[in-house]
Amino acid sequence: MLKTFPKGGIHPAENKITSAKAIKRLAVPKVVYVPIAQHIGIPSEIIVDRKDKVKIGQVIAKSGGYVSSNIHSPVAGTVTKLDMIVDSSGYKKQCIVIRTDQKDESNFQEPEFPLNREITMDQKDILQHITDSGIVGLGGATFPSHVKLDLRNDNKVDCLIINGVECEPYLTADHRLMLEKADEIIVGIQILMHALHINRAVIGIENNKKDAIRVLKKAAKLDSRIKVAALRVKYPQGSEKQLIKAILNREVPMGGLPMDVGVIVHNVGTIFAIYQAVQHDRPLIERVVTVTGKKLKDPSNFWVKIGTPVKDLVEEVGGVPEGTRKIVNGGPMMGKALKDTDVPITKGTSGILVISEDEASRQQTKPCIRCSNCIFVCPMGLEPNLLMDLSEKGFYERAGTEDIMTCIECGSCSYVCPSHRPLLDYIRFGKSIVKKLQVAEN
Amino acid sequence: MFLSIVYSTLLLSSVGIVAAVVLFLVSKRFYVYENPLIEEVEDILPAANCGGCGSPGCKAFAEKLVNTEDISDLFCPVGGNDVMKQVSGLLGKEVAEKDPTVAVLRCQGSCDVRPKTSEFQGPSSCAISSLVYGGETDCQYGCLGFGDCVDVCDFDAMYMNEETGLPVIITDNCTSCEACVKACPRDIIEMRPRNKRDLKIFVGCLNEDKAGIARKACAVACIGCSKCVDICPKDAVTMTGSLAYIDPAVCTLCRKCVEVCPTDSIIETNFPKKKVKVTKQAKA
Repeated sequence: MLKTFPKGGIHPAENKITSAKAIKRLAVPKVVYVPIAQHIGIPSEIIVDRKDKVKIGQVIAKSGGYVSSNIHSPVAGTVTKLDMIVDSSGYKKQCIVIRTDQKDESNFQEPEFPLNREITMDQKDILQHITDSGIVGLGGATFPSHVKLDLRNDNKVDCLIINGVECEPYLTADHRLMLEKADEIIVGIQILMHALHINRAVIGIENNKKDAIRVLKKAAKLDSRIKVAALRVKYPQGSEKQLIKAILNREVPMGGLPMDVGVIVHNVGTIFAIYQAVQHDRPLIERVVTVTGKKLKDPSNFWVKIGTPVKDLVEEVGGVPEGTRKIVNGGPMMGKALKDTDVPITKGTSGILVISEDEASRQQTKPCIRCSNCIFVCPMGLEPNLLMDLSEKGFYERAGTEDIMTCIECGSCSYVCPSHRPLLDYIRFGKSIVKKLQVAEN
Repeated sequence: MFLSIVYSTLLLSSVGIVAAVVLFLVSKRFYVYENPLIEEVEDILPAANCGGCGSPGCKAFAEKLVNTEDISDLFCPVGGNDVMKQVSGLLGKEVAEKDPTVAVLRCQGSCDVRPKTSEFQGPSSCAISSLVYGGETDCQYGCLGFGDCVDVCDFDAMYMNEETGLPVIITDNCTSCEACVKACPRDIIEMRPRNKRDLKIFVGCLNEDKAGIARKACAVACIGCSKCVDICPKDAVTMTGSLAYIDPAVCTLCRKCVEVCPTDSIIETNFPKKKVKVTKQAKA
């Protein structure tokens, strides 16, 4: 029996149609739009001006505080504008617009990075490199990695968990990365173990990626401290708390962090970015993005420069097919529909999903029939039906005491609801109000 | 037979007497003194229980009025100055005098001038829509059109105009309780002073974007051309970024700004029709 988390969860159709497609490199776009708020926390501060020439990997916006991150230029070129552009949040946000210099060769020649297993840096240097390279959690939450790794002296972290679960249907970016960069990921794990003085690391992978499990098990043979754990396929196993419960059977306390139970969790994409930053001094300027959808001509995985407009990617796979209803940033469960295709790829974009009318449309909301399916599937043990009602009717204090803030917004409740009730929409709304109230209280 | 009637009568009466004594003692022991003024004040208040004063209902507001020393910062927007004067006469405390206000909608982005560029499929609620993204149109400042303001209006002073997709405020019914102001996630509804004939001039736009972007999103957007600022004889118009705002305290309702506005984003209400305005519309 494979391990998994015990409470709730669902198993939506996997639809991993791009899992056999090797990661291609997308042509360097003519213009990149780099938003300054690509991570959770304080937006970065722009340090370039109009008409400035920038090089690849040059810092163009520096960290605006502790929970913030540097942003580097993904291309060599000229800053043409500092403009407000609609990003994946659906609102206009400050962006740095850079026109790619077509004559600059560094834009078109990808540097080779031979595998470097030797870890020469000490702890402080490694952490400094991670901070400087603008690395954030690439699983989607985009939490600045250096904050996660900045352990207090009294920490009791004894295990590093590497999140290769990729429980979202359709997405295969992490899957491909694990297949193609297994050795690098192992070195990345070793770097972190070295920096944090941890002697145990577990890579959690769902059992629908048997090839990745095999490849990583083989690569991990070099280091006896690293284990690979095959997990039962269940959504939302990629959530930090669920993954810790599944692998180590430890429960993160309510409102607590993985650190409280001696664990740090990082996504495989983040680990690869850390490897690149520490071993090759390469900041985070590109990431793997799955472009997928049943009707697309040639769905695939791509290495994409941060700031590339989504339309470039969609064109690369054959354009928007007829009858398309939504283009989603992320997976079908937690992703968010984009307003238009000019939205740039950011550090948190793991996939672009093109879905058609019949897959995307919401069905008519009917009254709650008290079937309690939402309660059964909630991985956090909440009562989504109650939380939705409380949010809808404005009982925010009660919603707070019913632990609305522990909701991880996985959307399992909305997925199973036979009455098609917009549970997550209201819970998210309730969360936003409860958060405001809590901030006002403090 | 006769005795049983006597016994039962006696028993029941004695139980009644004992209970009465207990109730009397309890009511003495746990007597709660309530200032009779509170009830009198409550009778004066409009009993709308709208919460516009900041208290959760008229009773709570009456308590607050009676128990607070200085009530000059308390005001019942629904009752207005009349009610507050009566309260002042009863309590002998100074009350503030406020000009009557009315809610106005600072957005004219109806369906035909502000095209929809996307569709929101979630729950029909402005609050949720604004949480998700900038709205169905390209203007991320304007009305979302799901009618959260209409839902909270207790006085039937608002309805959704199906044609324009915008809420309409029925000025006569508006009690300035500000429930709609609080409900609107975009802060489109503003309280403006209400004069005798209900004449108002205000900028019907909140779009802070630069001219090109604003105009592309909505044909009646304020583009920040500053013509109104230049022509205003009283300096009532201020420009923040590329958005004009008319200060109602300074504005003398001369209507000069309305005429010069190239995008018709300044709204005038209840003025007698001017010839100029008619020809301008005819041209368009």
